[in-house]
Amino acid sequence: MLKNVIRVGIADMNIAKTPHTIRTSGLGSCVGVVLYDETKKIAGLLHVMLPDSTLGKAENLNVAKFADTGIYALMERLKAEGVRPLSLKAKIAGGAQMFQFGTSDTIRIGPRNIEAVKSELNRLSIPIVAEDTGGSSGRTIEFDPSTSTLSIRTVNAGTKDI
Amino acid sequence: MSSDQHISDMHLDVLKEIGNIGAAHAATALSQLLGRKIDMLVPDVKLVSFDEMFELAGGAEKIVAGIFLRIQGDLSGSMFFVLPVDSANHFIRKLIHDDTFDFHANPIAAMGISAMQELGNILSGSYLSALSDFTGLHIHPTVPSLSVDMVGAIVSFGLIEVSHYSDDVIVIDTRINDDADEKTSTVDGHFFLLPDPESYVTIFRSLGVL
Repeated sequence: MLKNVIRVGIADMNIAKTPHTIRTSGLGSCVGVVLYDETKKIAGLLHVMLPDSTLGKAENLNVAKFADTGIYALMERLKAEGVRPLSLKAKIAGGAQMFQFGTSDTIRIGPRNIEAVKSELNRLSIPIVAEDTGGSSGRTIEFDPSTSTLSIRTVNAGTKDI
Repeated sequence: MSSDQHISDMHLDVLKEIGNIGAAHAATALSQLLGRKIDMLVPDVKLVSFDEMFELAGGAEKIVAGIFLRIQGDLSGSMFFVLPVDSANHFIRKLIHDDTFDFHANPIAAMGISAMQELGNILSGSYLSALSDFTGLHIHPTVPSLSVDMVGAIVSFGLIEVSHYSDDVIVIDTRINDDADEKTSTVDGHFFLLPDPESYVTIFRSLGVL
């Protein structure tokens, strides 16, 4: 079977089954959340932009934009594929502080996204197996459901696997 | 007014004119600094998705030198001056008279970083003072901040404000080109002006089109 890379944009999500991999590019203050089932070799990836859906002022809420609504929606997508929530694990990356200033609201958006993602995963009882968060570098991440490996590329530190 | 409602062609033309005037001043400043002609293309004003916004700057993963600053005062928004790393190297080497300088280096030489920040300061200052003169609005830029990283990581920071309201953003995009010397790569830098959604009313009112 041909191996494809499924791409996830900003404030978006999707799922991938082995042998395909799933990837999102240029995470800055955003957080990439991977939920996966090791035995079923299926994974979902969410590119979170904001911590909390109550911050949303739009009429049509894009659930994938927020940590709280996005993680839940991704779990539901995986459940629809026959994954049991109890078998889900998480790997997360991102939440950098790219610039040292901004409005009071945006300055700590990276750390706030990380906190929100962790608290939502905790609420849903999904364990975080590995993370590469914080710092001040952008990240491109790719998850391989066949090995449960999350590859993380940064501009200065090359590629590492978690 | 949300970013994607009630914006007519006339409003887009007004925003285009803002980009035109601002970037023309910035391009003049840049030409003077480098002692050569820097061309500015007619600005594009578009309503784009966040992913499309990254595509404008070369794609989410492209590595660029990005200057970011916030605009405050009568109107608020984000502004970026984004240069592909090779173009940034080219400019800074010329400015600091050091042909070995490289934004790919780790760590990056402090002299070059401060020259790039100063370049950002001068260009954004001339862009925004032209904008201020044109609209009669008081606008204060924050101190510009530099990051050499992926487009997605840099530009997404300027989309945070807008993202509370919308999944699209109105971007005033002005490309600059430097094709005086065919041996050097085309610069293909961008000024991106992203007014916060609540600032459109202010801009249009100041120019009498609302």
